[in-house]
Amino acid sequence: MHKRLMSPQRLWLLAGYTAAAVALFCAPLYLSDFRLNLLAKFLAFAIVALGLDLIWGYTGILSLGHGVFFGLGGYAMAMYLKLEASGGRLPDFMDWSGLTALPWFWKPFSSFGFAFAAGILLPALLALVLGYFTFRNRIRGVYFTILTQALVIITVTLFIGQQAYTGGTNGVTGYGKLFGQSLASPETKQTLYWVTVVALIAAYVLCRFLVKSRFGKVLRAIRDGENRVRFIGYNPAVYQMVAFSISAGLAGLAGMLFVLHVGIISPSMMGIVPSIEMVLWVAIGGRGTLVGAALGAILLNSAKSVFSESYPDAWLFFMGALFVIVVVFLPKGAAGLFGQFKWLRKGRTVHEDGDGVSYPAVR
Amino acid sequence: MRENVWKSLSLLLVALCIALAGCSNDNKGSTSEGTTETSGAGGGDGEIKVGILHSLSGTMAISEVSVKEAEMMAIDEINAKGGVLGKKLVPVVEDGASDWPTFAEKARKLISEDKVATVFGGWTSASRKAMLPVFEELNGLLWYPVQYEGLEASPNIFYTGATTNQQIVPAVTWLLENRGKKFFLLGSDYVFPRTANKIIKEQLKAEGGELAGEEYTPLGHTDYATIISKIKAAKPDVVFNTLNGDSNVAFFKQLKDAGITAKDLTTLSVSVAEEEIRGIGVDVLEGHFAAWNYYQTTDTPANKTFVENYKKKYGADRVTADPIEAGYDAVYLWAAAVEKAGSVDVAKVKEAAKGLEWDAPEGKIKIDGDNQHIYKTVRIGEVQADGQFKELWNSGDPVKPDPYLKGYEWAGSLSSGN
Repeated sequence: MHKRLMSPQRLWLLAGYTAAAVALFCAPLYLSDFRLNLLAKFLAFAIVALGLDLIWGYTGILSLGHGVFFGLGGYAMAMYLKLEASGGRLPDFMDWSGLTALPWFWKPFSSFGFAFAAGILLPALLALVLGYFTFRNRIRGVYFTILTQALVIITVTLFIGQQAYTGGTNGVTGYGKLFGQSLASPETKQTLYWVTVVALIAAYVLCRFLVKSRFGKVLRAIRDGENRVRFIGYNPAVYQMVAFSISAGLAGLAGMLFVLHVGIISPSMMGIVPSIEMVLWVAIGGRGTLVGAALGAILLNSAKSVFSESYPDAWLFFMGALFVIVVVFLPKGAAGLFGQFKWLRKGRTVHEDGDGVSYPAVR
Repeated sequence: MRENVWKSLSLLLVALCIALAGCSNDNKGSTSEGTTETSGAGGGDGEIKVGILHSLSGTMAISEVSVKEAEMMAIDEINAKGGVLGKKLVPVVEDGASDWPTFAEKARKLISEDKVATVFGGWTSASRKAMLPVFEELNGLLWYPVQYEGLEASPNIFYTGATTNQQIVPAVTWLLENRGKKFFLLGSDYVFPRTANKIIKEQLKAEGGELAGEEYTPLGHTDYATIISKIKAAKPDVVFNTLNGDSNVAFFKQLKDAGITAKDLTTLSVSVAEEEIRGIGVDVLEGHFAAWNYYQTTDTPANKTFVENYKKKYGADRVTADPIEAGYDAVYLWAAAVEKAGSVDVAKVKEAAKGLEWDAPEGKIKIDGDNQHIYKTVRIGEVQADGQFKELWNSGDPVKPDPYLKGYEWAGSLSSGN
């Protein structure tokens, strides 16, 4: 793709990246604590979007179950924080649900290292297992998507039903300290913001590396013609499993950051609606472009905040209008705008250059 | 070429949308900053900002919008009488969107960006649990207007709905005395029904009741054929119903279709009020029982004017109900506490609120200084053909709130560690 880019365009791209980096790094200077906290949350969402884009935009697998992976990461972190906050006593919701001792699977979460590792590895492992049974049996397209929805329903029902172990519908909330630092203090908030920025950049670099590597080429080949890939001698299932698993791990990481910023995780965050919302970020931002996916998550969530604060009674209509406009007029998502600018400058239509997506991913 | 025109047009529209939203937000932001700069927390010259945070969209909107309207009405009434401390109340409305993390986010925004003096909001326990750490962290003040499962007393929350010993516990005692010993517990699968049923089971053990069955269905569940056959097989004297929302429609309709009416089987619901009767239909609910602290028919002078004003403002077909009234009370109680304290400072308001009394539509209520709940009268009602309740029994005097059920010996195991 880069070979075809003319140098002025490359300059534009560079300018864009610089602007984004400056905006991110200077955010604590011009945003209030509350807004910075919100932005940090959006950046965490952007990490989910990157992971989703990896499997949907590049591999052609539509997952409507990323809420589960996000939630598992969130719960892992929340369990650690809750144990910290309880200070050796039983977490409050266990107490009023009739438990007298800490369940065995809660115990290791008192170590931050374990909780952090579990927050990434648990979702990745779950995705690997799910992928093993589906991709190996060549279940794909809509059928795979339906399976991911089933995963969502099963997990949410399980988490709500096991109130004594998971906090039920309320989820896990009411914690205040991380490493002895109050999560409420502006300093901690700022540190957490930086941690999120670094995580997002790392996730972006990882995804970009994967996409540009031979691995990424195979992923795109699977997207465009799975059978051909198989006939050439590759085993698509392995690639799909690995990509799906990485994607889930990124969602888990985002979930952990989300809990640190928001202070609550509940089954409602891993339900069907948030899972679909995550896909929307990618679709609106621009499937098949990493920057587009991340921007989509940030812009859509900012729009949601701004609209709902300005028009609490009618904000959903604005969001709806935004979706319709993007779907009807920008089929390639917001990232497709860059293509349009090119068109504006050159005065002619730009054809597909293989990077944007113009074919159905679900077949 | 035409396509190009469309594209540019749509781009323009998107840009316009964003600019519009941005502008309005900017305006709001700058005015709020302006006012807070001049006079500190709580609002500017001649006005006090208060937050209202309910779900205006999503599954809970159907219930919460009415509470929001009652709170707005109370604010308007107070403003018409000259406001609080001579200042006008300015409501800042936010949408919790039936999503618990959103409640936490909006609560944080109201306290730290808008600097409201207090917040009235929440319905589900989950939304309250999500907001609680935010209010404690930023030392805000929340007025929560709905009956709930108890076992909580945050120093930053006032609970104007009933706790368990003001609704569920007396209802069970009344049923045991008047309707029979064999209980079937049916609820939606979330925290309130599960905790409520845990309490009921302990109480049945202690007061000589018998458990005939216990079933939970997911929120929004609509197929009750299996459960109704289980009820038929178990032959309970009473079905204690903690179902929430739409499920009630399905359950009561299918119960009637199965040939079971209120004459054959006693049901008592704790989440079915006048508003829900409108939705479910009087024909299927007539004769069934509910336990609340307030009905539209409650006979007090304050209630007459309250119902009249509510209907005048929002339409003659509207009804009032317990949570609506509790939301309305909350605004008045807060205003009275502020007047008494002479300030909107959270600590001073809390101190002033201790023991505060007010003639609410439900009768005399009083704030308990210890747990910041409200003394309330318990009322058991029967659904009439006109969709209103006829009161069968009431507790006479307002009952002292006891969120941890410390006054009940059998509840010892429930409140351990607190």
